[in-house]
Amino acid sequence: MGKGPILQAPETFFIAPLSRPAPGSVGKTGSWRTSKPVVYEDKCTGCMLCWLYCPENTILKTSNGKVAIDYDYCKGCGVCAAVCPFEAIDMVSEV
Amino acid sequence: MVINLRKLPDKKYIMPGNAACPGCPETMGLRYVKMALGDNVVLVIPAGCSSVIQGISPYSGINAPILNIVFAAAASAATGMKAAFEAMGKDDVHVVVWAGDGGTGDIGFQALSGAAERDEDIIYICVDNEAYMNTGIQRSSLTPYGAWTTTTWKGKKEHKKNIPMILISHGVKYVATASVGYPTDFIEKLQRASKIKGFRYIHLLAPCPVGWRFDPALTAKVAQLAVETGLFPLYEYINGEFKLSPIAKRYKDPSKRKPIIEYLKLQGRYRHLLDKPEEIKKIEEYIENTWKLIETLEESFAPGKDRGKKIFDAL
Amino acid sequence: MPLMSLTGNYAVAHAVRLARVKVISAYPITPQTTIVEKLSAMVENGELDAKMVRVESEHSALATVFGAASAGARAFTATSSHGLLYMHEVVWWAAGSRIPLVMAVVTRAIGPPWNIHVDHQDIFDQRDTGWIIGIAQENQEVLDMTLQAFKLSEDPRVYLPVMVGLDGFILSHTRAPVDVPEQELVDEWLPPRRQPYVISPESNYVMGNIAPDEVHFLMRYSMHEAMEAAKTVIKEIDKEYGEVFGRSYGGLIECHNCDDADYIIVITGSWSGDAKVASDMLRENGYKVGVARIRYIRPWPKEELEELGSRAKGIIVFDRAISMGGYGPLYSDVAGTLYSNGGKTSLVGVIAGLAGVDVGAETFKETITSIIHKIEENGFFFEPQLWLLPKDYSSREKMMEVAKRWL
Repeated sequence: MGKGPILQAPETFFIAPLSRPAPGSVGKTGSWRTSKPVVYEDKCTGCMLCWLYCPENTILKTSNGKVAIDYDYCKGCGVCAAVCPFEAIDMVSEV
Repeated sequence: MVINLRKLPDKKYIMPGNAACPGCPETMGLRYVKMALGDNVVLVIPAGCSSVIQGISPYSGINAPILNIVFAAAASAATGMKAAFEAMGKDDVHVVVWAGDGGTGDIGFQALSGAAERDEDIIYICVDNEAYMNTGIQRSSLTPYGAWTTTTWKGKKEHKKNIPMILISHGVKYVATASVGYPTDFIEKLQRASKIKGFRYIHLLAPCPVGWRFDPALTAKVAQLAVETGLFPLYEYINGEFKLSPIAKRYKDPSKRKPIIEYLKLQGRYRHLLDKPEEIKKIEEYIENTWKLIETLEESFAPGKDRGKKIFDAL
Repeated sequence: MPLMSLTGNYAVAHAVRLARVKVISAYPITPQTTIVEKLSAMVENGELDAKMVRVESEHSALATVFGAASAGARAFTATSSHGLLYMHEVVWWAAGSRIPLVMAVVTRAIGPPWNIHVDHQDIFDQRDTGWIIGIAQENQEVLDMTLQAFKLSEDPRVYLPVMVGLDGFILSHTRAPVDVPEQELVDEWLPPRRQPYVISPESNYVMGNIAPDEVHFLMRYSMHEAMEAAKTVIKEIDKEYGEVFGRSYGGLIECHNCDDADYIIVITGSWSGDAKVASDMLRENGYKVGVARIRYIRPWPKEELEELGSRAKGIIVFDRAISMGGYGPLYSDVAGTLYSNGGKTSLVGVIAGLAGVDVGAETFKETITSIIHKIEENGFFFEPQLWLLPKDYSSREKMMEVAKRWL
């Protein structure tokens, strides 16, 4: 160990093609949606399949062991509703 | 190994608000990679959808350190990174290539073959959406027979190039197939692969709603159907031993497989051949041949018999 | 300090050893191959503690060392000609990332037809990539320039990759006495690797995803500023290297007989030696001719050439490369620089020595003499493209005869 380089700040005007992970790298993608997933808490068993398959990471685990949707970013693909074995998520048109 | 969904890490491995299309299989897959391997990972990503999915600098929608690299060079750049980490005494960093089917089987194949032959200590994942989706759905060598693309308007005339088999022929230690339809199977494979030293290859089927022309809600379902119809067998090859994955075992029996038409009819890319039985027959024959090959491999590389190792030792 | 008899390629290998490079990757190509052979031997016999990656192509060679450098290791590759062209997109990618890196380029003609002899077409093809590009004249300078390249590339004012050019066969395969510095002295002089960032689990940096066009534009400007800063750093390093190791070369250009010169030859690479001999001979004949040998084609020694141009009657540029349908690349840059002088200086661009055709001191002398005569007869002479065709092939009749035979 200790054989890594010294990270030293550039001493001239410097912009490198660098990024850091952050939400919203193309904005609030909730605006892309044409229909939104709605969770029926009574039907949700907290199996977490929707959470597992969600391509966007916009299924939030709630304190009561169920799920909620992050509508700011959810693109409305409907994968969650399609994989739910209990029909606990409906896609509701927004247009 | 049984994975408890509730125990999988709930970190934002994919940052919401990225540039992936709705229902994208690649962001699904990337989440599983990080769920399986944790944070001691660097990704090497050649040109493709996943370079765009990251979104606009100075932000990135993929929560991992990434070296984006020119199309043909992913396996080589990963080789160098691993060499550097080893030189600095950071042997435990997983260097993972995340490349599409074009970046793997076409333009990046030479570098992949080189890294596999040298047995570089990297994990190479081919996220296979069966065409050049990022440039607008052009055929690759991994596009399957019959599929419409914007460079095969009447359907591709050749079958899919079998990259996992080519990698097995390289004599690498670990080769597996996986599908985004079966996340826990993929995660288990990643975890097993992560414990092996040397070149590891995982071929991940990633149905693309845009390029395959299906409803984005059906990404997982289509990915499962590919397995359930017997079209895409899931297996693992570890150190000369070949075995079908538990999910896929039952499809060895043709009567257990779902009819291929169920898979084809969901996808607009096959629409032109749905009323052509002779074309569908060709795909069915491809499935039969695939399973004949699987049987041969099961026999040749049967676990516990050390036959696979002997085959390669004899070469 | 031990004096060794080294080829240019072995001089490169010793510099890489002395710089304690950690990751090396290369692919065989004539005339580069003996660099990778020597380095492989050094790694295998324990002289150099590095990982040697024997890749399947030049494209992979540069990608491998770029990957290593971006993760934090001092890394090195070398190539020539078609190998360099094959890695061209990675050449751009590496520079744009601002990760320090060093590559040796053994200059060689580009086919077809196949030809392994020297010209500068390959290295000038990299001119616009954002790499600092040095070209050495002889084997001692090859070692010194390669060693200095690491310090230059890793300077926080610069953070750009550096290419060191050495002429195929003339330097790469020809032995000459080379003073190889002691390791302890190099260790004192060359600081540990510095770089602006690393790609690692700790840094969580992402390199290269899409940026706004305007910011991409600024990145190019920032590379240009770093190039400008590199001019100072090159001179600094050249000076301090002289103090520590006893050899300085003059920074971006090396001047020979320039002080009172009426005519300046602008040239780069090993044939500069022949041009210097010609300049000495011409002085004996009463012509005040000097040689400004370009040591770095990037960053371009604009200030030095402006100064020389302001007091010379004529500038004669020798290019060992050609942009067909345009000009020789050195000529283009010299012409751009001299415009600040209002076009008062006579200017001639000579295209010569392509495809390894030899140009000796006598030929330099004859060519320069005839150009000087034209300038002195007319008071001014401007000729951007004077093709110095191979001897015995330069008449139209002879050319037509060759053309018939080769059709």
